[in-house]
Amino acid sequence: MAATTTLEEPTRRDFLYIATAAVGIVGAGAAVWPLISQMSPDASTLAAGSVEVDISGIAVGQILTVKWRGKPIFVSHRTPEEIAAVRAVPMNELKDPATDQSRVEKPEWLVVIGICTHLGCVPLGNEGPYHGFFCPCHGSVYDPSGRIRQGPAPANLVVPPYKFVSDAKISIG
Amino acid sequence: MSGESTYVPKNAVAKWFESRLPVLGLAHSSFVVFPNPRNLNYWWTFGGILAFLLVSQIITGVVLAMHYTPESTLAFDSVERIMRDVNFGWLMRYWHANGASMFFIGLYVHILRGMYYGSYKAPREVLWLLGFIIYLLSMATAFMGYVLPWGQMSFWGATVITSLFSAIPVVGDAITTWLWGGYSVDNATLNRFFALHYLLPFMIVGVVGLHIWALHVPGSNNPIGIEPKSAKDTLPFHPYFTVKDGFALTLFLIFYAWFVFYIPNYLGHADNYIEANPLVTPPHIVPEWYYLPFYAILRSVPSKLGGFLAMFGAVLIVAVLPWLDSSKVKSAVYRPLFRIFFWIFVVDAVLLGYIGSQPPEGGAVIAGRLLTAYYFIHFLVILPLLSRFEPTRPLPASISDAVLGDSAKAEPALASH
Repeated sequence: MAATTTLEEPTRRDFLYIATAAVGIVGAGAAVWPLISQMSPDASTLAAGSVEVDISGIAVGQILTVKWRGKPIFVSHRTPEEIAAVRAVPMNELKDPATDQSRVEKPEWLVVIGICTHLGCVPLGNEGPYHGFFCPCHGSVYDPSGRIRQGPAPANLVVPPYKFVSDAKISIG
Repeated sequence: MSGESTYVPKNAVAKWFESRLPVLGLAHSSFVVFPNPRNLNYWWTFGGILAFLLVSQIITGVVLAMHYTPESTLAFDSVERIMRDVNFGWLMRYWHANGASMFFIGLYVHILRGMYYGSYKAPREVLWLLGFIIYLLSMATAFMGYVLPWGQMSFWGATVITSLFSAIPVVGDAITTWLWGGYSVDNATLNRFFALHYLLPFMIVGVVGLHIWALHVPGSNNPIGIEPKSAKDTLPFHPYFTVKDGFALTLFLIFYAWFVFYIPNYLGHADNYIEANPLVTPPHIVPEWYYLPFYAILRSVPSKLGGFLAMFGAVLIVAVLPWLDSSKVKSAVYRPLFRIFFWIFVVDAVLLGYIGSQPPEGGAVIAGRLLTAYYFIHFLVILPLLSRFEPTRPLPASISDAVLGDSAKAEPALASH
């Protein structure tokens, strides 16, 4: 097409080209989106609901592992020494600064998702230099507040949404 | 340099067919009369070995799929049933599982042969890139295949590798959830890995077709690295190279069978005979041996995103080799310094593999970092400098001059010996 024709009024043919292309792009998008979306978790997976956990049987110093949405949740009954130690840590020593107070509902109970924030392994409880959690896969070390202290993990263990239903029971999710 | 189309259909049916679809002529010119450099050594037999292994993997894989159940509560038991009950199931599974390792042995030999003799250089860059795509597809296929038995290593290997994508800023977690189809590696993940593990080998077959096509445009490189100049420099594919490839394949299959029948679990991990448990991570997760150098690179970088980038960078840098090494001399035979650095690189990669198999503690971490640094220095510093400043040895006038010497001039009819 010569350059001069672009200065002319749009023709009926130009309109048809653009309209056809637009419909084609929308149609391709409408076909591709379901193909991508089908791989995402569906509503029944998303609605995995909440889990109630009886914590009355967990002794001081013990960690219970429960399953929530296919993931392990650590419910740790912390000792007074552990609580005092994690609350005395200055913020500038932490890779992902967070106070212990901001990570727990009650000082003696720590509830975290038991998945290392590095590459998804399950850390071991009451292990490592801080006697918190230690990931055997790539050597990440967490303190008894679930905060990252050493190793390749970039962030603290995640605190799931939970609340105390009673003194002896928590509801996760 | 395609083979001369000398094919003449011998009977009426072949003639009728050839005039409608000239595929017999294509096969004849590609695999019967195709001229190969006469000096190809046994390192050139691995392409054929790999083609054989790919077909073998597809056949055993289709058979295994007839007995396997891709469902997270049944998968492990269905594999055990294959091992114990299905007629010759043990053979099919060991043949397939060890076949993956044999395929990677073949791939690494084939790739390193290409590096040593400069087979990636002009005019074979596209051939090299297609080979690189085959390598990527093979790694993805093998990774997903290893997940299917749904043992502890399957599960945790899948968790670690898919979690790599969570290192991508902003969208990382969303991508990981999308890959899993849930909040963790679970039934949805297993199902899609099975579907893709079945699909990808056929995509590899397609790319292998392109790879052979791209090979047959310039023809094979050779140990001297100069192109054939006359008919004296080449020999027809059949019988010279069919026999050579067949002999090498036979030796390779003996090696393969030794693994299948005598040490079928030598390259596996005992933990994978424990059913997947999402609540317990095995104390020491290691990938299959063919990923170990890259796994070592991942662990050597003390940052999640950095490790992710270094690992994928270490794989992808191989693709741009033709543009990092611009030396006009192809073969290491005529590049005295390159030859030394090539072997240092091989030792570096093997040591990285060893580091990848060790727990990430103490000296292993430091050694891993040094070896990782050298891996990248080899590609990004040594190769570009060598290709500029290395004094190369003089090249022979032709392939026949180099391999036949004076006898080539004295007895020109030798090409038909």
